[in-house]
Amino acid sequence: MTILRRRKSSQVSNDTTQRVSIDIVAPIIVGILVLVAWEVFVRMTNLPPYLLPGPLLVLQTLITDWNELFASLLVTFQITVVAFVAAAVSGLLISILFTQSKWIEKSLFPYAVILQTTPIVAIAPLIIIWLKNNTFAALVVCAWIVAFFPIVSNTTLGLNSVDRNLVNLFQLYKASRWQTLVHLRLPSAMPYFLGGLRISGGLALIGAVVAEFVAGTGGARSGIAYRILISSYNLQIPRMFAALLLTTGLGVVIFVGLTVLSDWILGKWHESAVKHEN
Amino acid sequence: MIPAIELNHVSKVYSNGTVALHNMNLAIQDAEFVSLVGPSGCGKSTVLRIIAGLGQMNSGSIDWGVCDRKLAFVFQEAALMPWATVQDNVHLPLKLAGTSKKYADVLVQQAIQRVGLSGFERSYPRELSGGMKMRVSIARALVTKPNVLLMDEPFGALDEITRSKLNRDVLDLWSQHRWTVVFVTHNIYEAVYLSNRVIVMAARPGRVVADIAIDAPYPRNEEFRTSLLYNEYCREVSQCLMATMNEQPLLHIVGNDYSPSPQI
Repeated sequence: MTILRRRKSSQVSNDTTQRVSIDIVAPIIVGILVLVAWEVFVRMTNLPPYLLPGPLLVLQTLITDWNELFASLLVTFQITVVAFVAAAVSGLLISILFTQSKWIEKSLFPYAVILQTTPIVAIAPLIIIWLKNNTFAALVVCAWIVAFFPIVSNTTLGLNSVDRNLVNLFQLYKASRWQTLVHLRLPSAMPYFLGGLRISGGLALIGAVVAEFVAGTGGARSGIAYRILISSYNLQIPRMFAALLLTTGLGVVIFVGLTVLSDWILGKWHESAVKHEN
Repeated sequence: MIPAIELNHVSKVYSNGTVALHNMNLAIQDAEFVSLVGPSGCGKSTVLRIIAGLGQMNSGSIDWGVCDRKLAFVFQEAALMPWATVQDNVHLPLKLAGTSKKYADVLVQQAIQRVGLSGFERSYPRELSGGMKMRVSIARALVTKPNVLLMDEPFGALDEITRSKLNRDVLDLWSQHRWTVVFVTHNIYEAVYLSNRVIVMAARPGRVVADIAIDAPYPRNEEFRTSLLYNEYCREVSQCLMATMNEQPLLHIVGNDYSPSPQI
């Protein structure tokens, strides 16, 4: 009897280090080349900064305006996190509700789709008017609408894709509905749910940014999208680029964070997270 | 003597009109090892599922002579929870029954040891070979101390060497515990080797066509596998199968098996 253990020869670890370094080094080289070309292009053509600022100028602006921009980024991040958590919780609960009865799923799912396909830009003004006393809540609702559908749709799929034999086994041992949900359906759906989270994390940020654009709220607690908007009105294009850079960076951080979370939860058992060797 | 399980005129028609079972009668004695053999579509798995209460029959009844019946089911695929370790998989039936953790731990440990998987308690199913997964599945069936064990082509997907090893182990376990076993297989050789009785079934509609007692003493070993008696029983079962499907060549049935085909 043998267990299929992971090989741990020096050969393998060398391959792994090499691959990791390529994973990191290659995109960095491409990035640097593009930035250098960009800087050179801007200097050679003497483009004014309000048309296209060079990367060095953007970096400089990012440093000088850091306090203001970063504070705004935190506001947007806050909206994103609240909307994302709300989407994760409500999405999970709604999909559990869907799988309790075909009738509930069939009658409610189309409306979840409609909510998803309605352009958020179009309904954001409405939501902002309805919640005019609480802009933060309005922005959260907008971001939530964008973020929650992938979670519902993925998790519902996961809850329904349970191994038939395991369902029979649970039946044989007279498992209650609750036991089947907790010990069988939810763990089966976990990879799908986490996949939904990874999509929704980015979408929540986009939803928050779009809603901020529409709301156009100023004041002390304005988000990063408002900074982008105002910078473009004032032709402070380097500042606009800096704010954009921060937003994109936040999106990447959210995605990487959720990927790490997903790999950590699924690491031991799911094909997507297990390292394979041939 | 009252049979442990008695199927009376059981019929089952699937919603698409397929007659899975037609007027099936079968009496299984306590502590008997009964195999159901037949071509695919003869309803042998359906019988097992109906006994397990996983499927409804359209007519007929099942009488139980076992008091305090405890069923366990072993599926063709090991049907393990990929997110749970070996010990958590084996623990599942006890968890669902609400057995106290302390007592359950002892039972789980025993069951794992009994199928020869000590040391793999914390492994995940994906780290195990096909044969080992099947052992986990058997341990999960043992852990509730069942008196009726239902096995649905449990070793169908395994290679021949692993299969014969597991066959021997199942016989060992059976001789210790004396469960009533209903074993579904499409492998004639496996059926003859393991069983007290081989029930041959035919398809369209699913029915019993022969009930052959395998009159050979236990414990059975490799010597039995090569004996003349064994070969004669295999031939008898083969011929019954062939007779039920004379429009199809016998190769159709034997073709699925890895064992050499007996002289006919």
